[in-house]
Amino acid sequence: MKFYRTHVLVAQDTKSILAGSKRIEETLIEEIKLAGLENEIRVIPTGSLGYSENNQVAIAIYPDNIIYAPVLTSSVKEIVEEHFLKGRIIKALAHPMKHKEISMEERTSENQLNIDVQKRIILKNVGQINPESIHEYIAADGYMALEKALSEMTPESVIEEMKTSELRGRGGAGFPTGLKWQFTRPNPGPTKYVICNADEGEPGTFKDREIMEGDPHKMVEGMILAAYAVGGTDGYIYIRGEYNLSINRLQKAIDACYEYGLLGKNILGTDFSFDLCIHTGAGAYICGEETALINSIEGKRGEPRKKPPYPPSQGLWQKPTLVNNVETFANVPAIINHGGEWYKTLGVEGSYGTKLFSLMGDLNWKGTIEIPFGTTIGKIVDTIGHGVRYDRVLKGIILGGSSGSLIVPGELNTPIDFQSLSRIEAGPGSGSILVMDETRCIVDICLNIAEFFRHESCGKCTPCREGNAQICHLLEMISYGYGLPEDLEKLERIANTMMETSFCPLGQTAPSVLLQALKKFRGEFLAHIDENICPAGVCEINFVEEECSCG
Amino acid sequence: MDNKTVTIKINGVEYTVDGGSTILEACRKAGIEIPTLCYMEDVCDEGSCGICVVEVLKARTLQRACITQVFEGMDIKTNTPKVRLARKTIVELILANHPKDCLNCSASEICELRKISYDLGVTETPFEQTKELDLPLDLTSPAIVRDLNKCILCRRCVKVCEVVQSVNVIDIAGRGINSRVSCFMDKGIGESYCTNCGQCIKVCPVGALTEKSDIGRVWDYLSDPTKHVVVQTAPAVRVAIGEEFGMPVGSLVTGQMAAGLRRLGFNGVFDTDFSADLTIMEEGTEFLGRLTKVLGGEEASLPVITSCSPGWIKFIEHYYPKCLPNVSSCKSPQQMFGAVSKTYYAEKMGLDPRNIICISIMPCTAKKYECLRPELDDAFDHWKDKLMLKDEDHFQDVDAVLTTRELGRMMKEGGIDFVNLPDESFDSPLGESTGAAVIFGATGGVMEAALRTVYEVVTEKPLPKIELEAVRGMQGIKKADVPLVKPDGTEIVAKVAIASGLGNARVLLEEVNNGTSPYHFIEIMACPGGCLNGGGQPICDDPNVCEKRASAIYQQDEALTIRKSHDNPEIKKIYEDYFEKPNSHKAHELLHTHYIERDIYEQEKE
Amino acid sequence: MEEKKHLLEQLHEIQNNDDKHYLPKEKVVELAKKHGYDLAQVYGVETFYTMYSTKPRGKHIIRICENQSCHMANSKKLIRHMEAILNISVGETTEDGFFTLELSSCLGMCSVSPAMMIDEVPYGNLTEDRIDEILATYKEDK
Ligand SMILES: Cc1cc2nc3c(=O)[nH]c(=O)nc-3n(C[C@H](O)[C@H](O)[C@H](O)COP(=O)(O)O)c2cc1C
Ligand code: SF4
Ligand code: SF4
Ligand code: SF4
Ligand code: SF4
Ligand code: SF4
Ligand code: SF4
Ligand code: SF4
Ligand code: FES
Ligand code: FES
Ligand code: FES
Repeated sequence: MKFYRTHVLVAQDTKSILAGSKRIEETLIEEIKLAGLENEIRVIPTGSLGYSENNQVAIAIYPDNIIYAPVLTSSVKEIVEEHFLKGRIIKALAHPMKHKEISMEERTSENQLNIDVQKRIILKNVGQINPESIHEYIAADGYMALEKALSEMTPESVIEEMKTSELRGRGGAGFPTGLKWQFTRPNPGPTKYVICNADEGEPGTFKDREIMEGDPHKMVEGMILAAYAVGGTDGYIYIRGEYNLSINRLQKAIDACYEYGLLGKNILGTDFSFDLCIHTGAGAYICGEETALINSIEGKRGEPRKKPPYPPSQGLWQKPTLVNNVETFANVPAIINHGGEWYKTLGVEGSYGTKLFSLMGDLNWKGTIEIPFGTTIGKIVDTIGHGVRYDRVLKGIILGGSSGSLIVPGELNTPIDFQSLSRIEAGPGSGSILVMDETRCIVDICLNIAEFFRHESCGKCTPCREGNAQICHLLEMISYGYGLPEDLEKLERIANTMMETSFCPLGQTAPSVLLQALKKFRGEFLAHIDENICPAGVCEINFVEEECSCG
Repeated sequence: MDNKTVTIKINGVEYTVDGGSTILEACRKAGIEIPTLCYMEDVCDEGSCGICVVEVLKARTLQRACITQVFEGMDIKTNTPKVRLARKTIVELILANHPKDCLNCSASEICELRKISYDLGVTETPFEQTKELDLPLDLTSPAIVRDLNKCILCRRCVKVCEVVQSVNVIDIAGRGINSRVSCFMDKGIGESYCTNCGQCIKVCPVGALTEKSDIGRVWDYLSDPTKHVVVQTAPAVRVAIGEEFGMPVGSLVTGQMAAGLRRLGFNGVFDTDFSADLTIMEEGTEFLGRLTKVLGGEEASLPVITSCSPGWIKFIEHYYPKCLPNVSSCKSPQQMFGAVSKTYYAEKMGLDPRNIICISIMPCTAKKYECLRPELDDAFDHWKDKLMLKDEDHFQDVDAVLTTRELGRMMKEGGIDFVNLPDESFDSPLGESTGAAVIFGATGGVMEAALRTVYEVVTEKPLPKIELEAVRGMQGIKKADVPLVKPDGTEIVAKVAIASGLGNARVLLEEVNNGTSPYHFIEIMACPGGCLNGGGQPICDDPNVCEKRASAIYQQDEALTIRKSHDNPEIKKIYEDYFEKPNSHKAHELLHTHYIERDIYEQEKE
Repeated sequence: MEEKKHLLEQLHEIQNNDDKHYLPKEKVVELAKKHGYDLAQVYGVETFYTMYSTKPRGKHIIRICENQSCHMANSKKLIRHMEAILNISVGETTEDGFFTLELSSCLGMCSVSPAMMIDEVPYGNLTEDRIDEILATYKEDK
């Protein structure tokens, strides 16, 4: 293998491509050639570097550990001449955080992404290797776990290792993964399915996309390992139709695996065979629910099925089926490589390992992060998110997506792990952290969430179908200034009925942010109703009043 | 399923129940009522409405009684403040988007939503309407009216059409609050490939699906002095109409029904049973003809399949058009009656056929469609030249069809005290019938009636035992081998099969379609259980309704002195006077028909 | 039992190959006939998923996200802006048949909210000006 003095990584995730990263890559290669450095400096396309939020292209230079962003085609020449030829860091181009002064020392990539707070296991390769190259994945110890499992471990011992790790599913419900595999294994074949849930539809969630765009092979390896463990014969990656780049990268990864004998008949020369293909969704959030997802693959309306029977005994086409989330699968290779006990050194009691979160809203820095369980919410906001934008005051955080929970500033010290969060009636959910500052109106936010659920309710059961529509209507009335005092009780009554009687978790969790808001911000609702004002000045209530100027 | 018994607690009391049962089944056995809207045993277990929820100790949420299985030690509470409030809220949520037109809703008598909301003490709808209730009435079908604004999306119709009938002409379209029961491309049900069987009407808990009423038209005929209005009543009506007046399920009220019809003002009160006997003569002959041909090595389509169920006919036209040559060319009894009433009867009575109005009372909604089929209007063709009729003089053989339910309403409107009516008999000459005809109303009846005649024709001996138990009962598919010994000693074994419900019919049809059917003769009825459970019959929540109505039918058969079609004196007479013999030229002209290939895909492309 | 295995994919294919980005009735009936699908059930599927359309649409489909993060980044205003410059309401197609404007649930681009997709291409950090610029590039290809 050729030795390069310096590697330049160009982010080629969806957002960076939009910002023109393809052209930057081409220009870089040209300029490096012009400078005669093509044998010393290598340009590598990679996943997200975490700097693309503002329509910018970022490049990372290793081993110098410098991030330049935004990089324009016009600045490429300067980078090549100054940095690569003369070895001088261009301070003006090194990425500064928006709205915040950052010292030069802080401008290395490690500090900016706060690697000391983060712990990158799942995202280890993201931004480091070319996601479209199986070679680079293999060079980064890829498929080592698979080789180890197939040569040294029985399926049962793979499951044991998973159980030892106490990994809990990352799709939202947090079900112990090893246990799920154990339930699936004894169910009779000959056909058994392994499905990767890549529907990622929860508003404010984009962490699975980061894996699929940045390191698709990791997830694929996890799936193959799962298939080996549970006796899976056929696999599907059910991915939302909008994730085009992920679909392309996954397809390339699958093709490469077939070429290298990592998928198909007799994987790595053993008796184990497993086929894998991609199935695209068509725009339905409910298809993230595993039984709705199964119906969808079967070519039906994506409505949830009743449980039992659970998928491990009767899933896709009535056959035993294992469904896990993208991130869950992406955890597997490391666990098999280093062992379940090692995994338990990360995180805290009952919630082991690391967890991806999508950070967004009124923050200085937004993007996907990986933290060990146990990190407090406040630390994530302050350190990784670099605090609330425009130095405003934090109002609240929606944790775990629209179906998640509402955290108020007093709860910022809560560590993110299953137990601590359950004490404040919350959970990590899909892994999204949406930060709201003081300028946000809680009624408006709840209405927006309700509109989402009205749109995404599958319509099968009465409480969710009618309840979401009713909640929307009531919140709309309140936000327009037509609310009545009894409306809050009505909202609570509907919300409670939905939680108690909805057929599936969509309807059961749809009103959870609303219910917490009604508790934690009741005064703000009352202001809309009793005083006809929107304290944050968001609702159109104010205009309604102005109309009455005719005297 | 797990058949061990388990011990559970319901409202603090211990019960030992079958481990495979649901909470609902366990509660019903224990005499505890739980309201349901979407659940229907064996048909619909989607768990969509949510009204049946109960509290189960340690469960995170309330549980649906209809689909949740019991387990050892389960602790159920069916009547707690939480349960009552949840159920009530669900009803209120439904009512927020419901027209609440009970006063002018044809389902108000049987409406389960109206009843549940009363039972649960719903006295107001605290919630406002959140969607437009402005879907137009679907009037495209001659049999079914759909008012989807009243639909509560219980899916019972979708499931009965799919699971029981395998027609699949309706499904849920759209999503969330915009979900609706819909045909392909939101077409009208009459423009789609619905069989008009009406089973969906029977299961709809509200007034979203009802039959298209022809009561008004019938009143108009009755009050027109220039018209001679005759009425025929199908076998299955007499065992069900009493229910409309609160009589017990399975009451046999033939005489009162005839009396009531006469009081409504019909000029001739006749019996479809008469033409059912005619059907046996024609169909039996056709069957023997084809069987003899095949046994003699000639070409003929076997099995012969019965043709008297129009729901079934439309089904085969849509789904198995290739099998149409197997279907008997006989018209249904209703249409035979219509043709005879406007030819033979008209001549006999010296009436102008244009002034005869033929009304039929049927357990069936599909008959409303059948009477409109132009290829069945043979009386008009018969008279066309003789009376020099022009196209605008066109008349149907049967002018209007009322379901059993409609007749009940009509009698109520007409102020008829049905329960206290005296028994009267049918008029002559189209009123006499046999036990063979009356059993047409139950699944297997046509087969039994036909075999009674076929046996005697082939063996030239009287039937040793009239009741053929092998073809009776409510199983979806029945099979029998009937040995027939000719006078010369040679034996033929007639292999017969019977299916009721289109899903079962499909099973037998698949065999016919791929050439593996072992049968000679197949009877098919579109409705599960046959006409006694037809789409136009009274709606009733007695789980044994079919058995009870069937036993009334067999009771009438036994009470009749003449029990074989070929022994019916009026039938003998009509052949002597008019048709000469079964399958004669004239019989073919008036009593037989042909069918139309209606491939659903080709139809939808247009 | 696996009869409808690829129904969703098959519908995607029909729609992607259609100039008007919808599911023409004849094509769907043909598909159903070929595989023996029940038409009402196929229609149930067509109308369940938001990416399918049973009505003809424009050459380019614009889908603006209206969920939380984008909503907080003022996507409502952008939707109104879009409606104004295209002279249509959400759900409609421009007179020249060039654009159809639709709303979408979260596109997974919340860190660059407000976001939208035009056909298969995602756009983030939208402003009114950027929308004008982006739409202009489509007009150029016309
Ligand atoms: C409405 C709804 C949406 C869901 N969406 C997703 C999703 O987009 N991705 C996912 O992995 N799990 C989703 N889930 C959770 C899945 O049903 C399932 O629990 C998960 O895929 C199991 O994987 P895990 O054990 O690896 O977490 C959703 C659940 C519900 C109720
Ligand atoms: S809760 Fe909502 S999404 Fe779930 S089945 Fe009911 S209507 Fe469908
Ligand atoms: S369907 Fe029932 S509740 Fe609705 S209007 Fe008719 S009778 Fe009343
Ligand atoms: S039930 Fe009540 S509302 Fe209906 S007609 Fe009688 S009095 Fe009037
Ligand atoms: S009448 Fe029969 S075929 Fe038609 S929709 Fe109803 S159940 Fe289906
Ligand atoms: S039409 Fe009737 S049976 Fe069908 S879903 Fe609606 S309410 Fe239920
Ligand atoms: S069996 Fe059915 S079709 Fe035949 S006469 Fe009786 S009601 Fe009519
Ligand atoms: S079985 Fe009887 S009621 Fe049902 S469609 Fe046939 S003739 Fe009508
Ligand atoms: S009756 Fe149980 S959910 Fe409808
Ligand atoms: S058609 Fe549904 S039961 Fe007769
Ligand atoms: S909320 Fe708009 S992309 Fe996620």
